[in-house]
Amino acid sequence: MSTQAHSAGLWTLAWRRLLGDRVALVSMSVVALFIGLMLASSLDIVAADWNDEIAVGYARPSLFSATAVTEQAPEPEAVSAVIPQVGAGDTAIADPAAVLKQLGLDDIKITDPLAKELDQILATTPAPEIKPREETRPFGADKWGHDVLLKVIKGSETSIFVGLAAALVATVIGTLLGAVAGYYGGWLDDLLNWFYSIFTAIPYLLLILAIAAVLDQKGMTTIVLILGLTGWTGIFRLVRAEYMKHRTREYVQAADAIGASNFSRMFRHIFPNVSHVSLVQLSVHTVGFIKSEVILSFLGFGVPVDKVSWGSMLGEAQNELILGYWWQLVAATLAMAVLVTAFSMFTDALRDALDPKIK
Amino acid sequence: MSELLSVSHLRVSFRLDKATTIEAVKGVSFTVSAGETLAIVGESGSGKSVTALAIMGLLPKENSNVAAGSSVRWQGRELLGLPNRELRTLRGSDIAMIFQDPMSSLNPLFTVGDQIAEVLVTHHEMTWKAARKRAVALLDEVGIPEPAQRAKLYPFQLSGGQQQRGMIAMAMAGEPKLLIADEPTTALDVTIQKQIIELVNTLREKRGMAVMWISHDLAVVGEIADRVIVMRHGEIRETGTVADIFTRPQDAYTQALLQCHPPLDHRPRRLAVIDDFLEGKPPAIALQREARPQVGAGETAIAPILEVRNLSKHFEFREGLFGKRLLKAVDNVSFTLPKGRTVGLVGESGSGKSTVGLTIMRLHQATAGEVLFEGKNLLTMSAREQMPYKRRIQIIFQNPYASLNPRFVVGDILLEPMRIHGIGANEREREALARTLLDKVGLPALTLRKYPHEFSGGQRQRIAIARALSLQPDVLICDESVSALDVSVQAQVLNLLQDLRDEFGMSYLFISHDLAVVKYIADQVLVMHAGEIVESAPSDDIYRNPQHAYTRNLLRAIPRGYAHKTLVAS
Repeated sequence: MSTQAHSAGLWTLAWRRLLGDRVALVSMSVVALFIGLMLASSLDIVAADWNDEIAVGYARPSLFSATAVTEQAPEPEAVSAVIPQVGAGDTAIADPAAVLKQLGLDDIKITDPLAKELDQILATTPAPEIKPREETRPFGADKWGHDVLLKVIKGSETSIFVGLAAALVATVIGTLLGAVAGYYGGWLDDLLNWFYSIFTAIPYLLLILAIAAVLDQKGMTTIVLILGLTGWTGIFRLVRAEYMKHRTREYVQAADAIGASNFSRMFRHIFPNVSHVSLVQLSVHTVGFIKSEVILSFLGFGVPVDKVSWGSMLGEAQNELILGYWWQLVAATLAMAVLVTAFSMFTDALRDALDPKIK
Repeated sequence: MSELLSVSHLRVSFRLDKATTIEAVKGVSFTVSAGETLAIVGESGSGKSVTALAIMGLLPKENSNVAAGSSVRWQGRELLGLPNRELRTLRGSDIAMIFQDPMSSLNPLFTVGDQIAEVLVTHHEMTWKAARKRAVALLDEVGIPEPAQRAKLYPFQLSGGQQQRGMIAMAMAGEPKLLIADEPTTALDVTIQKQIIELVNTLREKRGMAVMWISHDLAVVGEIADRVIVMRHGEIRETGTVADIFTRPQDAYTQALLQCHPPLDHRPRRLAVIDDFLEGKPPAIALQREARPQVGAGETAIAPILEVRNLSKHFEFREGLFGKRLLKAVDNVSFTLPKGRTVGLVGESGSGKSTVGLTIMRLHQATAGEVLFEGKNLLTMSAREQMPYKRRIQIIFQNPYASLNPRFVVGDILLEPMRIHGIGANEREREALARTLLDKVGLPALTLRKYPHEFSGGQRQRIAIARALSLQPDVLICDESVSALDVSVQAQVLNLLQDLRDEFGMSYLFISHDLAVVKYIADQVLVMHAGEIVESAPSDDIYRNPQHAYTRNLLRAIPRGYAHKTLVAS
């Protein structure tokens, strides 16, 4: 008896199929690349120095329009040139001794006890090396001269984590409640539906603000909880409908007839047959939550100010766009679009791969 | 007789995916003359429906291919490759088609009258007013009572038989010269089937049109056809007049088809299966000529293993805002199942026969009554008390495509019940047991690692039987267990069920709409109608001497093929 004739286990089979599917392979590698970058950045292997102001403010992206840079560059310089002029014009304040003389207070001697030591320290330490700021970066720079590419990589940490974790929380809650409601029906279904109606009846933003106020803590966990706790409702309805459809199917009745427990029927028998719904919802919600994080950050409930996310980048881009600095927007959106497309293609392929009926 | 349709060297193939293409029709040639009824008979996968769709130009464009050299000529004009617009004109007027399931063929959002009128408006340039009037006349012609009122009803408000009549009326609207009927009575009860057959026969005589009747059921074909084509695996096995096919079948496959279905007038020990004929196995053929002795007639000495007393199951439907409607699916049903015997439960759709089985298994909650298993009432037990009894009563469902979890490999399907009930000391022992079970139902041990979809319908039903057997039950409820299977496969499964009963001494409650099947396998037959048991008799008596009017109706409606027709004629 050859092992070749056996049908392999579900996951082995799914894996083998994924490797055989070109679309799946490409999308899987893209997602893996993003997650790899995200992990690397959280371990400070890459993009640890994203906060360094290495370029001039709004340095142009060399990757997109290298030639146009030199011609349009003067504009930001002109702005910074104004500042020292203002300070130089006010000579009275610039010389404190003259002021004291004017006021008749020049006979009072002020001794600075630390002046000597300060001079010593200044003398021993080398003068801080002021690096010349770069005129261009591959993806340009932001207002303070942070490299946009590094910002995108650092931002992925927040965005991907928030998107995936919140979607996972929402999918697990939605699937569990939907399974229970759809499978048991009756008063349990009524109760959960009532609960669902309350959640959907309250305006979304209000609910988010309320939960944010209750949790009273800024940070990624808070955002994940907020999005997860509010986002399960759609998944609940879909999974519930699937369970209602499947619970009367003959294979479930047959499982009942052989004495399989309710739990086994719900999760061992029915769940693999409806898991595609949860999987697709997981992918859709990941995308949605990456976007929701933008809104939350915009409203001030998002990530703390010292962190960067694609959402906060898009928030900054709002003001920059008017001035014509489009690269931060393009960089963040591009990263988001590529990840989102790859991710939904991957979940599609995964769903197909998990279905033993599709060859 | 003038030739209407001539099909020659028709080859149709379907592309399943990039690598696999299957040839559904492999070079089929035949002709249909004006006014005749040609029947195409074959089991599933024989290519009979694909042939009809190819004639109508209704094959799915994306993945089907009609090979070069094929030809379909309508009154001398080649139809293959004709532009869609011209085909549409032809379909609306000269050739009409009716399908198996009238409910899904009719648009649920339009009234029946409007759907018929639409054909007339599109193809015959009638005004809507005139078309509606004509629609009522057509409904009257196909025998729908109060046609003017019925024309204003939506399809779901009509019964299955009336829906099919509506479909026929729609087909008649274009005054077709050829009616193609693809399994038009398969989804209907036998009594309704008889009416539809009579209707098509009357219409054909009245209008002088030709009929191409496609069916899996030779008995039906024998009642209606002038000529018969027998198809298998996309090829024509035999062509002949109905008399030749029924009295002098030349092909082994035709002979097998004629013998596979359980006969009504005698009870053979075993049913013939196709392989017997194709390989010419003499002992099996001999066995099926030998009559099975009647057992259980009048015997009361055997202790009943299962006793059903005054079982009722009522469903409540909400109607309107506050109204409620009570449906008595099962009403006051009582019977006993003696140990080692088979009780058959026969009835048409909606008679409540399946509900009886499900209620005994407690898959439905009974409204009233008792189910005594060796004297203990199953219906009042707690879930824990019921567990050992769940092992002892098992059920096999109608549809083997739906009753096996598509995500489980066969091994899991067979091992799970044993794990739950602690049969076998360890996994290895259980797997060994599963292998013997598969051997018993005639499947290779390799089956264990495969998924259900890798098997044919008959093989899947064997897997379902093996699952039920894995618990070594005392009582087996077969709920339409052979109804979804092809005749030849049905015979194999019936033989298997018989062998297993004899080997393990099980008792069967055999539920089916097919009186011939029930009569063949059961010792005692119960006839159900509208939730009640109207007659109960030993299976031979029920055929020879039916007491209740409904039973007589049921028996009369069963198609008996060609022999019956000649008998009536003479």
